[in-house]
Amino acid sequence: MSDLQIKKSTTTYDVVIVGSGAGGGMAGYVLANAGVKVLMLEAGAYFDPAKDSQQLKWPWESPRRGAGTTRPFGDFDAAFGGWEIDGEPYTTKDNTEFSWFRSRMLGGRTNHWGRISLRMGPADFQPKDGLTDSWPITYDDVKPYYDKVDRLIGVYGTKEGLENEPDGIFLPPPKPRLNELFIVQGAKKAGVKIIPGRGAVLTEALPGNKDRGACFFCGQCGRSCKIYGDFSASSCLVIPALKTGNLKVITNAMVREVITNKEGLATGVSYVNKEDMQEYQVNAKTVILGASAGESARILLNSRSAEHPGGLANSSGVVGRYLHDSTGSSAGGFLPQLMDRKRYNEDGAGSVHIYSPWWLDNKKLDFPRGYHIEYGGGLHMPSYGFGHGIQNMNGMVPDRNGKTREAGGYGASLKDDYRRFYGTQFGMAGRGTAIARYDNYCEIDPNVVDKYGIPVLRFHYKWAPDEIKQAKHMQETFQEVMHNMGAIYGPPAGPETNYGLEAPGKIIHEVGTIRMGNDPKKSALNKWCQAHDCKNLFVVDAAPFVQQGDKNATWTILAMSMRTAEYILQERKKLNV
Amino acid sequence: MNRRDSLKAIGLGTLSAGLLLEACKTETKKTEETTAAAGETPAGRQPFEVERDKKLNADKFFTAEEMATITVLADIIIPKDEKSGSASDAKVPDFIEFIVKDIPDHQTPMRGGLRWLDLQCLNRFGKTFTDSSKAQQIEMVDLIAYPKKAKPEMAQGVAFFNRMRDLTASGFFTSEMGVKDVGYAGNAPNKWTGVPADVLKQYGMDNVSFS
Repeated sequence: MSDLQIKKSTTTYDVVIVGSGAGGGMAGYVLANAGVKVLMLEAGAYFDPAKDSQQLKWPWESPRRGAGTTRPFGDFDAAFGGWEIDGEPYTTKDNTEFSWFRSRMLGGRTNHWGRISLRMGPADFQPKDGLTDSWPITYDDVKPYYDKVDRLIGVYGTKEGLENEPDGIFLPPPKPRLNELFIVQGAKKAGVKIIPGRGAVLTEALPGNKDRGACFFCGQCGRSCKIYGDFSASSCLVIPALKTGNLKVITNAMVREVITNKEGLATGVSYVNKEDMQEYQVNAKTVILGASAGESARILLNSRSAEHPGGLANSSGVVGRYLHDSTGSSAGGFLPQLMDRKRYNEDGAGSVHIYSPWWLDNKKLDFPRGYHIEYGGGLHMPSYGFGHGIQNMNGMVPDRNGKTREAGGYGASLKDDYRRFYGTQFGMAGRGTAIARYDNYCEIDPNVVDKYGIPVLRFHYKWAPDEIKQAKHMQETFQEVMHNMGAIYGPPAGPETNYGLEAPGKIIHEVGTIRMGNDPKKSALNKWCQAHDCKNLFVVDAAPFVQQGDKNATWTILAMSMRTAEYILQERKKLNV
Repeated sequence: MNRRDSLKAIGLGTLSAGLLLEACKTETKKTEETTAAAGETPAGRQPFEVERDKKLNADKFFTAEEMATITVLADIIIPKDEKSGSASDAKVPDFIEFIVKDIPDHQTPMRGGLRWLDLQCLNRFGKTFTDSSKAQQIEMVDLIAYPKKAKPEMAQGVAFFNRMRDLTASGFFTSEMGVKDVGYAGNAPNKWTGVPADVLKQYGMDNVSFS
């Protein structure tokens, strides 16, 4: 006989939040600071960058020298998890591809992200080409929240006055590294707009904040920051919110479903505790999902009841639909001019120093919308992979005596080559708008459960010609920029790889699965990210996005979550939720 | 000058310096505690990672003969010179033993490549690679170290040597000796104010602007 039983809590919280990343973290921060009693459930471990960051470790402190064996972005990277997690499968359908990155930890994927912090612009919320649905809100509705997020968290950048790349309240950006100056020159010559980066790193102390230190320029934001000099939801939102005494966090709590009553309202959630493997139910007056676009859709679709037979908040049938991730294609090479360059500390900041916002007019192009380009290069810390493929480089440039040498080799001259080539490499990566399509979706796989017995997601996602043509354009742009830099580089990625277009999910900007809208027949959430079908249920991650611009999602998640949390505070005053 | 003052001197605000020192102190204390209470997971590592590392370190993949060949090859690839020691001085063979267990995709190409090399040497010199003379070893390596001019029948050897060269480079330049050799100057708190003026001048980059 089994002793498995469901442990039901007698406490009723004001709010339960599922997930502790950008969306969940911000909602928790706003509500706890306003005196609301909040319970936050996180599927992974507790993580405090001050104690748990691998920052300032040397490559030899890792037996695999920083290789990405158990962490896709390297052994020192902060993210627990990855595209594959033992015991937590997902599937794909009709031979389509989707890669789903999950970070099971306090702060979620914000602990390791690139900190590239871009606002979506007026045309991203209200597209002028009629190709995709408008959001039920405009840039002007979100702008005050972007402003508040800038002040609360801190972001560097420069005022540029670009129509669809709205300026924020900026700290000074870091100066370009040497390789990046070559990129700036090459891009300008190619007619590609290039401006200083925009990143959530405190290049100066954040006014009024005594808990976070200013950046000391180790360039290791991906490891998360011991002095909270960059934005992670753990360091900047959840941990400060805990200090209010109004927030309780339960870690290793894997949520199964949202519980509803006969009136169809949410009464709490059920979860499995990964530590004791027991089943729990907690009660709350309001339920907020911030578990990620994929995971929040999964929870709703798994929350079936007589009142919500197709899954909670899904009378429209759109939950899981319109899934879209940014497009991505990249290139790189080396600068022969920089061989034997002088050494100095060029770590800089751990977010982009320079980038190219979308600069062209679609009327003259064969694909809709656009992309931005992220760049990098410099005297970085050596790690696993250092010098790999030198045989593809060292035969292309003269040796110290001006003679061409045979590619590859060994011995003293090879050892010298590694030194000569150090710091000459650079890379560039396009990140573009993928169109939100009804036919790209995730759903519940009828045959597969994870190790907790929770039905898993099955993805169906295909790139369309729009995205493939965009990747082709990226490759052509990269070639021109690299040519103008005087770089040595390979041929462009061709049609056999869809021009280097990464598989959906690889850019980790997936959004759109629980879309907002004014029409309850065509959307799951209203303009406050409140479920049409269940007024005390809200979604605060990237799932509500109607259509993502080419901008990385985090800054918009933060602004939207803050907006929703403030709405919940107002509704609580009116006793509506 | 104490550490706090030196952090301030390089331009870190009092707050950053204080927080950084505090964070480092916590870690040192934590490390000591971890050493004391064996079995506790080090900060920021997942229990499964710690277990996995322990198992990989306990396992042995290469035979003594294979390790001897790896050592000779690694030192041919990165020998001692006036600036730094050899691959084996930097314990590159130990790194290669670990990394093939960590990334199993290396295992068959490495094991098979080592065997391929021995067979080539047995056919040519009547001896395995390590038993061949130094001159014979170099003669053999010359046949596989240059991808563009290597004969087609040496293709498998070229692929093996490319891998061996890559792993040797990774192992050497991520060691303390290698990082010092290549002159990496970072991983230390500082204030980034851009490329130094003399370097900007050297490359004619003093006047690069965004617009």
